[in-house]
Amino acid sequence: MNPLLNEFRHREAQYNSRRHFLRQGALGLGGIALGGLMGCGTDAGAQVAKTKEEKIMATALSYAPRAKRVIYLHMAGAPSQLELFDYKPALQKLDGQPCPPSLLAGKRFAFIQGTPMMLGSQATFQQHGQSGAWVSNLLPNFSEVADEVAFLKAVHTEEFNHAPAQLLMQTGSPRPGRPSFGSWVTYGLGSENENLPGFIVLVSGGRDPSGGKKLWGSGFLPSIHQGIQCRTAGDPILYLSDPEGMSRDLRGKSIAAINEINKRQYDEVGNPETLTRIKQYEMAFKMQMSVPEVMDIEKEPDYIHEMYGTTPGKSTFANNCLMARRLAESGVRFIQLYDWGWDNHGSSRSTSLEEGLPAQCKGIDQAMAALIKDLKQRGMLEDTLVVWGGEFGRTPMRENRGGVEMPFLGRDHHGEAFTMWMAGGGVKPGVVYGETDEIGYAGVRDRAHVHDVQATVLGLLGFDHEKFTYPFQGRNFRLTDVTGTAIKDIMV
Amino acid sequence: MKRSLLVLVSAFIMLTCQEERTINFNEDIRPIFNEKCIGCHGGVKQAGGFGLVFRENALRETDNGKFAIVPGKPGQSEIIARVRHENEELRMPFEGPALSEEEIHLLETWIEEGAEWEEHWAYLAPTKPEIPVIEGGQPDNSIDAFVMAALLPYDLVPAPRAPKRELLRRVSFDLTGLPAPEFLAEVFLSGDLAYEVLIDSLLAQPSYGEHQAAKWLELARYADSRGYERDRPREIWRYRDWVIKAFNDDLPYDDFVTHQLAGDLLPDPTEDQLVATGFHRNTLSNGEGGTENEEFRVASVIDRVNTTWEVFQGTTMGCVQCHAHPYDPIRYEEFYTSYALFNNTVDHDHVSEAPRLRTLYAADEVKYKRLEDWVTEHAEEEARTQVQSWRQLIKVREPRLRPDLFENVEGGVFTARADEDIMFLRPGNSFALPPRDLSEVAALHVNLRPLGSGTLEVRLASPTGQLLITHAFERGRQEDIRLPLVIPGGERVLSIVTRGDGNGKILAIDAIGYEPKLPGAEQPGAEDIKTFIGDLLAAKDSVNTLIMVETTDESRRKSYLFERGNWMVHGPEVTGGVPKLLDGEADTPIENRLDFARWLTNPDQPLTSRVAVNRTWGQLFGIGLVATTEDIGSQGSKPKNQQLLDYLATEYSGPLGWSKKRLLRQIVLSNTYQQSSRATPQLLAKDPHNELLARGPRKRLTAEEIRDQALAVSGLLTEKCYGPSVMPPQPDGLWGTITHSRNEWVNSTGEDRYRRALYTHLRRSAIHPVMSTFDASNRELCLSRRTITNTPLQALMTLNDPAYLEVAERLADEVSNLPNVPARIDGLYELLLRRPAEPLEQQVLVQLYDDAYATHQDAHTALTVVANALLNIDELLTIS
Repeated sequence: MNPLLNEFRHREAQYNSRRHFLRQGALGLGGIALGGLMGCGTDAGAQVAKTKEEKIMATALSYAPRAKRVIYLHMAGAPSQLELFDYKPALQKLDGQPCPPSLLAGKRFAFIQGTPMMLGSQATFQQHGQSGAWVSNLLPNFSEVADEVAFLKAVHTEEFNHAPAQLLMQTGSPRPGRPSFGSWVTYGLGSENENLPGFIVLVSGGRDPSGGKKLWGSGFLPSIHQGIQCRTAGDPILYLSDPEGMSRDLRGKSIAAINEINKRQYDEVGNPETLTRIKQYEMAFKMQMSVPEVMDIEKEPDYIHEMYGTTPGKSTFANNCLMARRLAESGVRFIQLYDWGWDNHGSSRSTSLEEGLPAQCKGIDQAMAALIKDLKQRGMLEDTLVVWGGEFGRTPMRENRGGVEMPFLGRDHHGEAFTMWMAGGGVKPGVVYGETDEIGYAGVRDRAHVHDVQATVLGLLGFDHEKFTYPFQGRNFRLTDVTGTAIKDIMV
Repeated sequence: MKRSLLVLVSAFIMLTCQEERTINFNEDIRPIFNEKCIGCHGGVKQAGGFGLVFRENALRETDNGKFAIVPGKPGQSEIIARVRHENEELRMPFEGPALSEEEIHLLETWIEEGAEWEEHWAYLAPTKPEIPVIEGGQPDNSIDAFVMAALLPYDLVPAPRAPKRELLRRVSFDLTGLPAPEFLAEVFLSGDLAYEVLIDSLLAQPSYGEHQAAKWLELARYADSRGYERDRPREIWRYRDWVIKAFNDDLPYDDFVTHQLAGDLLPDPTEDQLVATGFHRNTLSNGEGGTENEEFRVASVIDRVNTTWEVFQGTTMGCVQCHAHPYDPIRYEEFYTSYALFNNTVDHDHVSEAPRLRTLYAADEVKYKRLEDWVTEHAEEEARTQVQSWRQLIKVREPRLRPDLFENVEGGVFTARADEDIMFLRPGNSFALPPRDLSEVAALHVNLRPLGSGTLEVRLASPTGQLLITHAFERGRQEDIRLPLVIPGGERVLSIVTRGDGNGKILAIDAIGYEPKLPGAEQPGAEDIKTFIGDLLAAKDSVNTLIMVETTDESRRKSYLFERGNWMVHGPEVTGGVPKLLDGEADTPIENRLDFARWLTNPDQPLTSRVAVNRTWGQLFGIGLVATTEDIGSQGSKPKNQQLLDYLATEYSGPLGWSKKRLLRQIVLSNTYQQSSRATPQLLAKDPHNELLARGPRKRLTAEEIRDQALAVSGLLTEKCYGPSVMPPQPDGLWGTITHSRNEWVNSTGEDRYRRALYTHLRRSAIHPVMSTFDASNRELCLSRRTITNTPLQALMTLNDPAYLEVAERLADEVSNLPNVPARIDGLYELLLRRPAEPLEQQVLVQLYDDAYATHQDAHTALTVVANALLNIDELLTIS
């Protein structure tokens, strides 16, 4: 062990205290809860005097964790539950008939005006596997793994515009400013790999989600917990590459020189923060190697590429799924995928239910099925939680933007009921939780609010979401704001 | 530590002397309540019907019919029984460690003595404390007396003065955000310039205002974009410039506050005072398709309330939006009395971002000046009022009627959603304007967007009434047109009708305003002026800055309490006001933003001065006298030296006349500020965060300072002040993926590439990486205090960002003519830190130079590698 690091540990134990604890640098800063137990940030030792945050965390980790990490697949734009999972033969019969006023009175829609027509599903449905789960013909590969997942059929949200709804889903509040899901989780659990960030974001579909980068911001948590977006073009992480002409060897020597000078500074001045900085430069040097390595999917064998349908070099959802598995294997705590293009209004061919949606499904079907199979064959599914969903659902009515019939078929934003699924990480496989009415408009049994979904994920990671708080501006904030109940029925 | 000492002392007095002694609620009792009880027995959660935020709640009968506190009778007070209870299940604090015997005694005595309540210290107006007498020599600067008095019980003495070189760097960064300019540094270090003169010189630098502004802009959540999905650009940089000028001119803080909160409501406001109201136009607006404008207008108003209370009062109001404050004595309704004050500005999440102050091009400004002069000359009534209303009409295009006030709409479609918040009309559609006395009206100003070809008619009384004027239009951009009218007097209704072919939308109307008759309209020369009015209305703006404008009577909004914070569920109607807690003896009603600002800046107001002083202290020392600068309420940290805080607060609002320069001057001239920041392990252990101030401050540079320093030391920094934001290079592709946005980052060239960080274009959804990496906020909400981190991503940036490489190359250029490698390394150290390299540094860097030379066989490249390393050393990233 590097003597400098030994000293670092020693000093840390001596001087650590609330503020310093928070400023403790490591990327995967030992989670407040498990700091002393795993991976990077072990320095933020357990000997530290109990801070307010730590006291909170000590009680927040209340359950035996079933999941150690999360892969969250967010379909940005909000996929239609009525074309994918929520089979409604009654809606088919009402196709083309005017929507009854009772479904419109007092409701707010983004674009629907006047009286829209009901719209039957544009997909065909079949039951699959032993569980008999309904999955449409648009997801043939996924239907093969239907027995692995738990469906939430009556998720609901009060937000009906993309950015606020995505913020609610990923930060617990529709307004900007709160820490994101992944930030909370790495804050609580830290990282398992000191050479990689604990929270990584991968984006496909050519656009960021509407909520933008604040969806993986750290809010009022220290910024080391913000999600790091790994890009497929340019540096995977900003400024990761050495400048032209700077060899690895020379970079190593230059960092050694910096650290030696900083060590002298520390000897003279005695500021513990200087030691932290030395450590960060060592980590930066290691990350320059480890990040490109883990992001390089080309090394994967052919059968894996066939399984996922990957094309190295492209920023596709399939590539991101494979990368997610590699990151999970390397100990990244929270891996968030955003796939853009699910906003099927029918205002153009590419956003139509008849052409846009099937194409979009084709882009994810094989890869997300492969991800589950692959995790399973590696024995990782049991402690890796996979979550799939959008930010809201879509109306059983056909969109009539501007009060007129549109050239393509589409559905408007709809928060009252939509489908999400989870797999692995302590989730009961092959179950369906929740049910919507006969046209899929609203939940009629076992509804789940966004905060309930978040409470469930935190529960699977071992947290009591009500106790997992962070004091800010005189109040204890939590991911689930002031509501939410973990859904025990889908937990093993 | 101090508190337990106090507790022990008071317990000792109680137990042994048996003397009559009044317990001090704030010192002795409140800390127990806040730490042990209030989590369950607060303002929201009142377990068992018992809450400790208001005295009346605490003395009330609880759910089980008992009284927790019976003044004068500890024996009958359930609270005493329960904290002593032998059954763990019943003993309080529930599931927590028992209170100590001393604490219980304190509670008993307090109840015995009548259970008197006292407001939290921060809600009582500060009084100027006596300056402590220091044995062995009274310090000149009273700050030092307070600090030394506080050190005594800890057996600590102040640290020696910092070395001159360190002090120069510290004070220069603290006042201007930059290393000291060469001309000051040399004379100061050579002993030819007194420290006091150095301070005055630094305060007089234009960079002073820029640095102070950079800090203020984070509180003001200033940005050059609108936020949310599309995050389109926003033009509000004149507000940023106003802040810089206000600091450089040392605008007194009471005016600084008033202009920002209510500049538009001042009598006869100047354009600068209007621009200042940009403070609260920095809220987000949502242009995502299908968003309801009212929802996001309400969100902006709520943000304005929260920001106002956080910035000016160090009070967190967010909780009170949904329910009573859990810890501070602020009631649920009281959030909405503030809400009502901010609920009547014209802005409404509209895509136009109206209202905005137009800055005209020079030739048009001349015409505008002639119009103003004409009005002044010919006005019969109070000329100033008339000039004001003409300015509103031409430069702000207010007041205007918007589609929600249009009446008798026939066929027109208005959705109040995102960018469709406009009245769409097809041929034959019509609407009416509310009845109004039109005898003084000369013309209508109509903001419209033609979507096809047709004509617009203005008719009297009804869509078929007398035709007053027609306007032909063809598909084109949104514009303002002037329709002169000659209308018989009296109250009249005007009807607007569209004519054209087909059934498509041909016209969209956003707003309509009335132009009054020009004073002296019959005088010679009036025709020229009338032409100018039309010209000015249509003139292209050079800048168009977001400002606040109060609604007129006809469009005034009512304010309601929102049930559980839900804006769609209205409770009772509320009117403007301030929380009773802080109201004091206020005898004038607080009805609008101006009343509020005046109340806020009254020297007796308990929080305003304390909060401002505390924030200033925090900026200099890295930690405020109350550590939680955003919250000095009962859940905030307790001030380590309240006497010092109150001294500075009363000085600031009193003798210092709210002058920030004078306040800063007094602090940086203190010995406390000038102490060396070196800390022995013993001192570090005793006082890790330097709350006792037995040493000088040590801080990491801020994001802005890191960039600015690199540019300054390499001679790249340009001194240009003010103007539109600039785009120094950033990695490709950071903007390209923002949804539904075609805006592009276009690298600035020439001097704009090397300007201070506060001029960098700030797009909320993708702030410049140097800002996000070094802990700056993305400006979506007010941020009082950055959490400073230390991460590998920061290392990667200062190692590999091409901007820093350019700096390293420039540094290498600067020293390349020195005779040998050690001299060049010394030269680099002089440029960066104003000292030669120490032997070990020489040795390490010569080695690095040799290694780099071995690889590249080029002296300049090798020197650049060395400079690149030096830009990463701890000493350069911190101020000590």
